Amino acid sequence: MAAITSDVHVEVRRPRRSVVIGVLLVVWVAAYFVLSGIDTLPLGGQETTGFHRWLTENRDFVGQGNIVFDTIRSVVDQLVVLLQSLVSQPSYGRPVPVVGWLGVVAISAYLAWAFGNWKVAVLTAAGLAFVGLQGLWQESMDTLALTIAAVLLSLLIAIPLGIWAGLSNRAFKVATLILDLMQTLPTFVYLAPLTLFFAIGPAAATIATLIYAAPPAVRLTAHAIRSVPPESVEASRSLGSTRGQTLTKVLLPMSRSTVVVGINQTIMAALSMVTVAALIDAPGLGQTVLKALQTLDVGVAFNAGLAIVVIAIVLDRVTTAAGDRPWRTASVRRKVLLGAGAIGVLVAIWFSRTYVWAAEFPSSIGVGSRIAVIAADVTTWVQDVFGGFTYGVRDAVTKGVLNPLEALLTGSPWWLVGAVVVTLAAILGRWKAAVPAVVCIGLLVATGVWQDSMVTLASTLLATVVVVAVGLTLGVWAGRNRRVDLVIRPILDAGQTMPPFVYLVPFLALFGTSRFTAIAAAVVYAVPVTTKIVADGIKAVPLATVEAANSVGSSSWQVISKVQLPVARRAITLAVNQGLIYVLAMVVVGGLVGAGALGYDVAAGFAQSELYGKGLAAGLAIVLLGVLLDRITQAAAPKPHGKGDKQ
Amino acid sequence: MKKLRYATAQWAIGLTAAALALAGCGGAKVGDEQKPAAGGKECGSFNLTVSPWVGYEANAAVVAYVATKDLGCKVVKKNLKEEIAWQGFGTGEVDVNLENWGHEDLKKKYIETDKVAVEAGSTGVNGVIGWYVPPWMAAKYPDITDSKNLNKYADLFKTSESGGKGQLLDGDPSYVTNDEALVKNLGLNYKVVQSGSETALIQAFRDAEKTKKPLLAYFYEPQWFFNELKLVKINLPAYKAGCDADPAKIACDYPPYDLDKIVSKKFADAGGPAYDLVKNFKWTNEDQNAVARMIAVDKLTPDAAAEKWVNANRAKVDTWLGK
Amino acid sequence: MTAQLEYPDIDDDNALLSIQGLWKVFGPKAQRVPRRPELAALDRAALAAKTGCTAAVRDLSFNVAPGEVFVVMGLSGSGKSTLVRCLTRLIEPTAGSLIFEGEDLRAADEKRLRELRRSKFSMVFQHFGLLPHRKVLDNVSYGLEVRGESKPDRRRRAQEVIDLVGLAGNEHRYPDQLSGGMQQRVGLARALANDPDVLLFDEPFSALDPLIRREMQNEVVRLHREVGKTMVFVTHDLSEALKLGDRILLMRDGAAIQLGTGDELVGAPADDYVRDFVRDVPRADVLTLRWIARAPRDGELLDGPELGPDLLVREATRLVLESDRPVKVVDGGQLLGVISPEEILAVVADPADSHWSAQSSVRPTD
Repeated sequence: MAAITSDVHVEVRRPRRSVVIGVLLVVWVAAYFVLSGIDTLPLGGQETTGFHRWLTENRDFVGQGNIVFDTIRSVVDQLVVLLQSLVSQPSYGRPVPVVGWLGVVAISAYLAWAFGNWKVAVLTAAGLAFVGLQGLWQESMDTLALTIAAVLLSLLIAIPLGIWAGLSNRAFKVATLILDLMQTLPTFVYLAPLTLFFAIGPAAATIATLIYAAPPAVRLTAHAIRSVPPESVEASRSLGSTRGQTLTKVLLPMSRSTVVVGINQTIMAALSMVTVAALIDAPGLGQTVLKALQTLDVGVAFNAGLAIVVIAIVLDRVTTAAGDRPWRTASVRRKVLLGAGAIGVLVAIWFSRTYVWAAEFPSSIGVGSRIAVIAADVTTWVQDVFGGFTYGVRDAVTKGVLNPLEALLTGSPWWLVGAVVVTLAAILGRWKAAVPAVVCIGLLVATGVWQDSMVTLASTLLATVVVVAVGLTLGVWAGRNRRVDLVIRPILDAGQTMPPFVYLVPFLALFGTSRFTAIAAAVVYAVPVTTKIVADGIKAVPLATVEAANSVGSSSWQVISKVQLPVARRAITLAVNQGLIYVLAMVVVGGLVGAGALGYDVAAGFAQSELYGKGLAAGLAIVLLGVLLDRITQAAAPKPHGKGDKQ
Repeated sequence: MKKLRYATAQWAIGLTAAALALAGCGGAKVGDEQKPAAGGKECGSFNLTVSPWVGYEANAAVVAYVATKDLGCKVVKKNLKEEIAWQGFGTGEVDVNLENWGHEDLKKKYIETDKVAVEAGSTGVNGVIGWYVPPWMAAKYPDITDSKNLNKYADLFKTSESGGKGQLLDGDPSYVTNDEALVKNLGLNYKVVQSGSETALIQAFRDAEKTKKPLLAYFYEPQWFFNELKLVKINLPAYKAGCDADPAKIACDYPPYDLDKIVSKKFADAGGPAYDLVKNFKWTNEDQNAVARMIAVDKLTPDAAAEKWVNANRAKVDTWLGK
Repeated sequence: MTAQLEYPDIDDDNALLSIQGLWKVFGPKAQRVPRRPELAALDRAALAAKTGCTAAVRDLSFNVAPGEVFVVMGLSGSGKSTLVRCLTRLIEPTAGSLIFEGEDLRAADEKRLRELRRSKFSMVFQHFGLLPHRKVLDNVSYGLEVRGESKPDRRRRAQEVIDLVGLAGNEHRYPDQLSGGMQQRVGLARALANDPDVLLFDEPFSALDPLIRREMQNEVVRLHREVGKTMVFVTHDLSEALKLGDRILLMRDGAAIQLGTGDELVGAPADDYVRDFVRDVPRADVLTLRWIARAPRDGELLDGPELGPDLLVREATRLVLESDRPVKVVDGGQLLGVISPEEILAVVADPADSHWSAQSSVRPTD
């Protein structure tokens, strides 16, 4: 009964809603022609507001020398140094690390086998050998050491927090809010200030990585705890378990595989972050990439980027395999084999401590330089072949879509844009969306970078639309076709983990320095995650539902549009949302290739101390844009019927 | 399937063991080779910041090479942006900056106010900042190098980003720039567009020369890229002392920079051979470009490039060492 | 709703578990609903519209006798699952009293409640609620583990109940390696392992195939016979309720509609809802002769065969149809009434016919 009436309700409301939005937009455009240029709140590149100067002056209000920060720093530093001395740096008076490459390969493969299966063990050994052959063994090990340190610390904090958020609704709400902030706040905003608290080097890099990488583990732990079947928890309670017993004997073991997914995502995030942390002297592959960028050496940058991709894929597959491992305890046979393997590992470690060939990766093979040459040649070829054509595309899109959109946003008085946004939010989501919209608009004005925000908003909107269009197309295709999925998954993985710095140079060559280049880079960065979520959502549509649709003679298009997309609605909302966050994460990188606006402000704040306050304000503006767009897209997404069940 | 799996695993272990046993029969042992001359007693160790441009890397490579090989110091290189390197003087993370571009505000803060850093003399390299065009443009439009004629050519420089005006491309946000004021005060019909990074600037010049696209951009010397392309500088109204006093009213060229060295107070006070080396280190634009070329174009490692240059310029190195 | 339905119940004195005026209301400020008569009187939709609350259990009172199988029946959404969870405060009741062996359960603190759950009550769940990461043996001994018994003790006890429910040989398998029926046997074994006084069943067999379901029902009957536990059994399946229940409580929208034995529900439905509910029951299998005997007509011969009043109609069918005289229903030498083939046929041939009960002249509740 309830479902029927609300259906009727929707039928009546929907056309009216779109008409109202259409009218709103027309009114806006009309008002723009009258009011354009008034109250646009411009602020020049080197100009600052009182608020910015205040932020700059109070930049080091805590400063260093604080005993808490010093303790944290020395503990984290020691952890990183310990890991480095184990695998990457000469240590304890020896010219080589404690464990040489052979030992590292053996240990890693063994762990992959013990926690996953033999397939990922082989993959692990092959992957590590490959980065060694690339001539990047030491850099890779530095990256790995830093990643492991950051992941360990992240989990130490994230899992208890996740459990808390899983058990308490209030903690869950607060946590979600803070996590959103942590994930959308551009890294550049806190990278430089962190060095004030924790000095330059591994500690600051690790903590920056932690801030970026911990949220997925918190979220997924909370989600895992929340999705344990209530009956199992009730069963435990009904037998008289204490809260502690229910937690340790039921909730945690049953959350294992989802928590492992969280750990997996934390590892991936950490890996991408330690590359960026090279800007504050984090050791490892990130340094190689940044160095190569200085001389526009696409080949070397690609080689190092490839090493990161390989490490990422190995870590991803191993943790996934570990999460998928069934509950069973090991058979006697496996136990025996594991024991034998452990002895093999010890032997390998001994070799790697004794003989030079097992300690230092033989560097004479030169696979890396060959990869670099090929990558450079391919890039040059692409540039030569597509060069002229791509400029045409850029100019057409910029003139046809981006410039008008940007003009509308930047040329309208701020209060007009604000009124339109709030009205739009109110139409889509009533006061629940309108109130946050009012707050966000107000704060955006307060940051003093309104006009830059509007420039960034225009690019972000365009990039997000493209990301969603491409992501939906690819995602539906991959979700419906296993073979397509098999082919594009590794490409998506690579696209997601390849540091964006690597493809900036070819993009610059293809599109010049422009906002379009930044949009293109953001699209490349955000499409993989969007596609994956859509594909998984489509795959999760129950087979019976699709069969039912087919049985009444639906065409493929009808099955997609009337069954699969609506049923996968939640996944698609999530995909749009994540696409948006990824696009926003690229705003600062976009600033490095000509997008200007907020991205440039943040980068400038990182580089020049007088502009620090403005950079921070711009960083906050990015977060505000994120929250605003998130609320509006959430409100626009159709809601599930029925307001939740009893009990 | 199960059987097969165990068989494979056993097989793999067996093979590994066999390989190890075979390989174990020979090979050099760890520790056989000479230890590098790290941690020499009288010199000790110091932290050297490496700013993100190749010219700087050339400085760092040569100083580190000489300090390590001749003095037996341990040099810890830190790859940092300029601002962060300055912060490092305060935290003890940075001891030496070999090439500082002006930064009067930072000097004031860290040298005069906080007293954590001191000047250590000129690097000997002259820094030039200005506006440049690719060589083909200078050849085709000879009068373009005079800033008075820029408005005549403004149309050439229009892009999708410049909103109907000519585009003046700026670079990395950490670099000193007066361009917005210059454009305004010289009455130029141009818009400053932020490329956002040095990489973007260089790629833009490379592309402009290759496809004969017009480009006007902020750039600077010494820069390894001049080895690849001799960019042509635009003559802005000449610099006179004090003409840049008020940032908003600047209408003259950038001042010539005498790049200098900054060290931490702690490092200077301790004295020692490493400090003397840093203080005495001085070379020329040509020297720096030579090493930078080896690193950027010939793809030598910094260490190898330094070794090559030091061997060819022993006399100069000896004066740094006070020999 | 203040007008509490009148239904027969056992005395409070004989009850093992006594429930009085029990309410469970979900929603904001739920406590006010039972307290304020004008809210308590509202029906479900009106209550939701006015307060945003849902009353899952409303003003229930009943007693459960020791050793009894007490069935709570209703359609989904009737509040029966909430009710059974309220009994051990897995869901905290909003109002009312719960007395178990003279002890007020609602006054028990966390610790006492845990003790009771560890030793006096056990529950079997619809979707089994097993722990997938534990072997059968460890699932069964879970309750013993949380109450701190030693490993050998809980092994031994777990093995006993595993044997009792017919799971022997599966001790070291994991739940996902077992069929649904086997999994529920694990759930049953787990509930039995800590030797409770009361077993609570929440639709335990509704997720199972019909054949397995029947097998499991027989298993419960057998266990009840062997271990003699008091059982509170929730189901939406009328035939299951009739098969297992000594008494049945029929719920609708959180409230009690009727409480009685199976033949009372079928023979004397309290209202049209109940009548509709029991419409499809094969009456001959449920009703006894007591329900269809009528007063002898004038001139009817009363020298036919005699039968007891508690004989099922089905069992008497052949005799009545073959006899050329009305069959007498006699209880302790006293004639309750007679039955001729037309009464039998009214029950057997036309099960949907519902007016027959009105005709019947002898009803135990009269």
